[in-house]
Parts: sequence; C-alpha cells; structure tokens
Amino acid sequence: MEDLKQVVFLLIGILVAFTVVMTMVAYTVLAERRVLGFIQGRLGPNRVGYGGFLQPFADLLKFILKEDIVPDKSTRFVYFLAPVIATTAALMTIVVYPFGPEIHLPWLGTIHLVIARFDVALLYVLGVTSVGVYGIALAGWSSNNKYSLMGGLRSSAQMISYELALGLALIGVILQSGTLDLYSIVEQQAGHLGITGWNLIWVQPLGFLIYLIAAIAETNRVPFDLPEAETELVAGFHTEYSAMKFALFFLAEYVNMFTVSMLATTLFLGGWNGPLVHELPWLGVFYFFGKVILFLFLYIWLRGTLPRFRFDQLMSFGWKFLVPLAIINIVLTATLQWSPLFDYVSKFLKTTTGWGG
Amino acid sequence: MLALLFILFAGMAIGCAISMVAQRNPLYSAISLIGVFISLACLYVTLSAPFIAAVQVIVYAGAIMVLVVFVIMLLNVDQPERQPRRLRSLVPIAVGLAAILFAEAAFIIFFVQQAPLTPTHSISNVGLTSSIGTGLFTSYLLPFEITSILLLMAIVGAMSLARRGGLIRPRVDGGEKGTNNRQ
Repeated sequence: MEDLKQVVFLLIGILVAFTVVMTMVAYTVLAERRVLGFIQGRLGPNRVGYGGFLQPFADLLKFILKEDIVPDKSTRFVYFLAPVIATTAALMTIVVYPFGPEIHLPWLGTIHLVIARFDVALLYVLGVTSVGVYGIALAGWSSNNKYSLMGGLRSSAQMISYELALGLALIGVILQSGTLDLYSIVEQQAGHLGITGWNLIWVQPLGFLIYLIAAIAETNRVPFDLPEAETELVAGFHTEYSAMKFALFFLAEYVNMFTVSMLATTLFLGGWNGPLVHELPWLGVFYFFGKVILFLFLYIWLRGTLPRFRFDQLMSFGWKFLVPLAIINIVLTATLQWSPLFDYVSKFLKTTTGWGG
Repeated sequence: MLALLFILFAGMAIGCAISMVAQRNPLYSAISLIGVFISLACLYVTLSAPFIAAVQVIVYAGAIMVLVVFVIMLLNVDQPERQPRRLRSLVPIAVGLAAILFAEAAFIIFFVQQAPLTPTHSISNVGLTSSIGTGLFTSYLLPFEITSILLLMAIVGAMSLARRGGLIRPRVDGGEKGTNNRQ
C-alpha cells in the first residue's frame, strides 16, 4: 500500500513537471520567433490569439495534420527510432531537477519539489544527455541522404567534443560542493538573501563561462548550429523528416535547451534560492523558472546576434581552448579548495561583507 | 518489486545480446549493444550501485558506442559480404569454447546454490560515489595511476599511428604547411 502510494505520487509529480516543462517549451518557441522578429526589426507571429498567444497550438495542429513522408530507401526501423531516442533522452532528465524547496501544505503535509533525488543525479544527467547523440546520428544515417549524413556526422563529432568540456566544467562545481546530489548543491548555495552564495558569483565564474559555451554547442544552437547549417546542408540531419517526426526533433532541441538552462540554474545560479525564500517557499519555484527564462532569453539573443562558426574553427575552439581552460579551472578550484588561504579569505569576506556564504 | 525489475532488465539485456549477434546489419548490432549496456546499467541501479550504472552509460553507451556508430556510418557498409566458407574451419573450436563456457556457468551456479546465504548489508555502500573515490585515491592509488598511464600511452600511440608520416616528422620545406595537419 505504501509502495503504491509512493508510485502514484511519483507519477503525479512526473505529470506535473512534464506539463509545466512542455508548456514552457512551447512558449519558448513562440518567444524565440517574436524576440528574433524584434531583433530583426519586424513583428513576428502575432495573429493567432492575443499577441500570438495561441500560436504554439496552431503550430502543433499543423504538425499533426501534415502529410508524413518517408523516403523510399531509408532504413525504416532506424528512421522511426531516431526521433524517439532524441525526444526520450531529452525528456528523461527533467526528473532530477529540484524545482523548489520543501513546501508545507495544510492537508498533504510536506511536499518535495523534486521527483527523484539520488546520489548520482549529476552523472545521470550527463549519461542521458550523451545517449541523446544517437537520435541525431541515426537520423542522419537512416535518411539515405548526403546532407542528412553530413549533418549527423558533424553533430556527433561536435557533441562528443563539447561533452568533454561540459563535463570538465562541472567538475569544478562538484569539487566545490563535494556531492553529486543536485538538491544538496542548491542548498549549499543559500548564502545571504539567497544571492551571495551562488557558485557563479564567488567560486566558479570560469567554470560557468565554459559550461555556458559548451552547453550552447551541446544543444546545437547558434553560433554552433553546424549540424543544421541551412546554407550548406539544407536542414542537416532532419532534412528528410516531416510532420510529427520533425516535430519530435524540434521538441527535443527545445527541451534540451530547457534542461541545459535548468542545470545551469541549479549548479551556478543557486537554483531556487533568492530573497525571502525561507519565509515564502513558493517563491523558490518562481525564482527557479525566472532564472531558467533568463537563460532561454540569452539563447534567443545569441541567435539573433552571432554568425555561425566554421567547422574546423568549432573543433579547434573546443579541443584547443575550452578543454585546456576547463582543466585549468579544475586545478585552480582544487588548489583553492585545499589551501588555507582560501579559508582565510572566505572567512574574512563573510564577516566583513557577508559574501561567499 | 526488485525481482520484477530484475526479470525485466535481464530479459532486455539477453534479448539485445542475442539480437546483436544475430543481426546482419552492423548498425543494428551496434544499436543492440547499446541496448545491452543500458539494461546492464539498470541492473546496476537495482543492485544499489548507482555510480557504476552512471559510468556504464556515460562511458560505454555514451562515448565508445558513439565512436563505433560513427565508424559504421563513415564506412557505410551497404551489404555485408557473406563469407561463411572461410570461417567454416572455426566451427568446432567455437563449439568447444561454448561448451567450456556453459560448463563454467553451470559450475558457478551449482556452487552459488550450495553456498550458505550471507547477509549483504556489509557491502551496501560499495557502489556509492564517495566510497569508490576514497578507494581509488587511498588503497588502490597505484593501480589507478598505472591504469591512467596505460590509457595515456594508448592515446599517444593511436595518435602517432594515425597521423600521416608519424609523430616526429622531418620538416618539409615548401608552402603547404597547414594542409598536412588538417586530418
């Protein structure tokens, strides 16, 4: 009975998190189109609903109703499998992020705003993300199209290369906090007013920068969107995909953006920490999603601003600049962590200014 | 509950393993192998070794198999050439080795069933991250370092083999300085 109750609670939690994330992803697409429009001096889609508010639903309807074309000489099974892998891998990481602190409700008791809390949550995220590469690689291979294959190969190479820098950038945070459990990492970043303890401000500025760049490359976004470079590859790995299968890739890309932003928020921006969270725990949820939205805006902003890398530039940037920088960051963090000087400075700042909690 | 999960994931692992051997298309074999790795990782989780499970997925499913898939895609093997005749002579050896393997498995299962049940709580935190880290950097430091040097040697060796003209190459005069290093 107790088991059943727990399972039901978990399922409800997953359903709620899924709905919230999906809704926000849908509106991220709309926000991207409108913000890009403003950046480029036009209006963007504003006809469906008030200010284009119902546009995501119109888009979805269109995706469902479109004709589904399967190329004749495609490898049928893999062709169908690829979008499924991409979407599943993207959605699976949602369960580990702590959306907010513990919340006490009058009837239901204490509610944890995290679905699964376990010892290796961070490694789980990395593992599931690394499986997501297959979706794109297999899509490119199975379409039986040169452009698709090129896109798939490029993206596999890119994602493997930047995964390394991404993982190394996270090691700084892990060294700092001594745990892989995301909930504890967030709790450690409380500090004064819920702001001063953020990993970004005081301890991991370099790690944050590396993570940010690697994450953008990992999600195949501008300026690292070589897998789907329109000018060279038509549309990259999803050239031959149409209707709902294309929508799944589209969804996977935006969910990946979202989860990467959530990870950045959790690890570097203090998660749900913020002013007055201890008094009003519900505020934590708003802080969390507010920070995630900031990141998403940064993504859109970059897309409207930056040109694309060339492929050899991309590779040499990743391997010759980001990876060494990440290793330097690890050495630096470990040294500071170990030396008594760090303790002294940290204590001094804490007593005088209240920073570095 | 645990038994149910074990049956599910063990079945998945065995099914994927059989499919890996039986497939003609090398890419399907690779996908099946990924399935094997992922179901093994799930089994590790049920054995309360989450760190090993995560590493299994990150290293094997996420890195090594990506390279394998990459190579298969690059070579683009359309129809695998069927050469059963050449391997005919290996059949008796294969049968013999399989018989030895099965005998070994039966032997082990027999002894496991003979052995008295011991409490398992003493090893319950073996799979946790901190205990693995502590073990690697204290009592097993030397093997750990030796392994890392071995891996480094493998990387350096692979690079020197793959690079055109070897790692130490006499400088050729002429204008094509950048073109040789491209690959």
